[in-house]
Amino acid sequence: MFELLALIIIFMILAGILTIETEDLVSAVVSMGAVGFGLSVCFILLRAPDVALTNIVVEVVVLILLLRGTIRLGEKTVSGHRDLAGLVSGIILVILFLIFGIYAGVEFPRFGEPGFLRFEDSASWYYLREALSRTGAVNAVSAVLLDFRAYDTLGEIIVLFTAVLGSIALLRKKLKRDKEQ
Amino acid sequence: MSLIVKTIARWVVGFIFLYGIYTMVYGHLTPGGGFAGGVILACAYILIMLAYGRGFAFRNLDWRIARALDSVGGILFLTLGVLGMILLMDDGAFFFVNFIQRSLPGEPFHLFNAGTIPIGNLVIGIKVMGAVFVGFALLSMVRVYEFRGERVFESREEEE
Repeated sequence: MFELLALIIIFMILAGILTIETEDLVSAVVSMGAVGFGLSVCFILLRAPDVALTNIVVEVVVLILLLRGTIRLGEKTVSGHRDLAGLVSGIILVILFLIFGIYAGVEFPRFGEPGFLRFEDSASWYYLREALSRTGAVNAVSAVLLDFRAYDTLGEIIVLFTAVLGSIALLRKKLKRDKEQ
Repeated sequence: MSLIVKTIARWVVGFIFLYGIYTMVYGHLTPGGGFAGGVILACAYILIMLAYGRGFAFRNLDWRIARALDSVGGILFLTLGVLGMILLMDDGAFFFVNFIQRSLPGEPFHLFNAGTIPIGNLVIGIKVMGAVFVGFALLSMVRVYEFRGERVFESREEEE
């Protein structure tokens, strides 16, 4: 399974490189969708159907939005030269990320071995043990999202609400100004 | 859109809607939950809008109603959190306490179980459906065109 996962991750990296390198906007959107669907398959292989379902659904909506956006805005291709400062800072960032990533990866538990078992009183182990008896929900993810960590869900909802509020305010304002002219 | 797209959309949209409701209602038993179910419900409306046009979709779910659903869902979820604090004020209440499960615990693996979790899933599903649909509707209303060498963004509510 590890080899399959590595193959999918390599495919995702290639699709990500294609996304930023291609000049055609529609193919950039499609290859970005390929990254998202590869991530969903990874989540299914890692036995996280909850996250995979949410990811694939949001991915579909974002893909539709971006495709419609690129077609609506009328620009089919983008071209231009990459500036040197951005390239250099990007390479430096990647190198730094690799160094610190290797340092962090040494401390990680081995693949397929739950990390929370190292500590007796870790929060994730507590949630998994007590989810059914304390909340009655069989789906532990749901129990965490809506019972143990419902405050986080409230924050998520407020973020979504603010996004909708902002887009309504911006687009409606444009409409009103157009009518006045 | 073409006749093929319209026919397939008419066949499929009911099943998508049903699957969204299933994901939402059974969120505490099977994978999924309020967020995924709400986005699937919004996907059904987006499919209607893509296949049949904006006017037909707004006859099914007006974007102002979706905006209201968005706000109502948020308020209901907040109410669910505060209600536990008020009802269990005497014995150890905190924000988002599962007050229904404390007083009437249900049987595991049953639909009516887990107290506030299914209610929260439903409320979040309604909220997310409204939010995603409003986002898509607003973006579909925006038109971009060139006017005297400048790019103009304009939003139109009526189907022309």
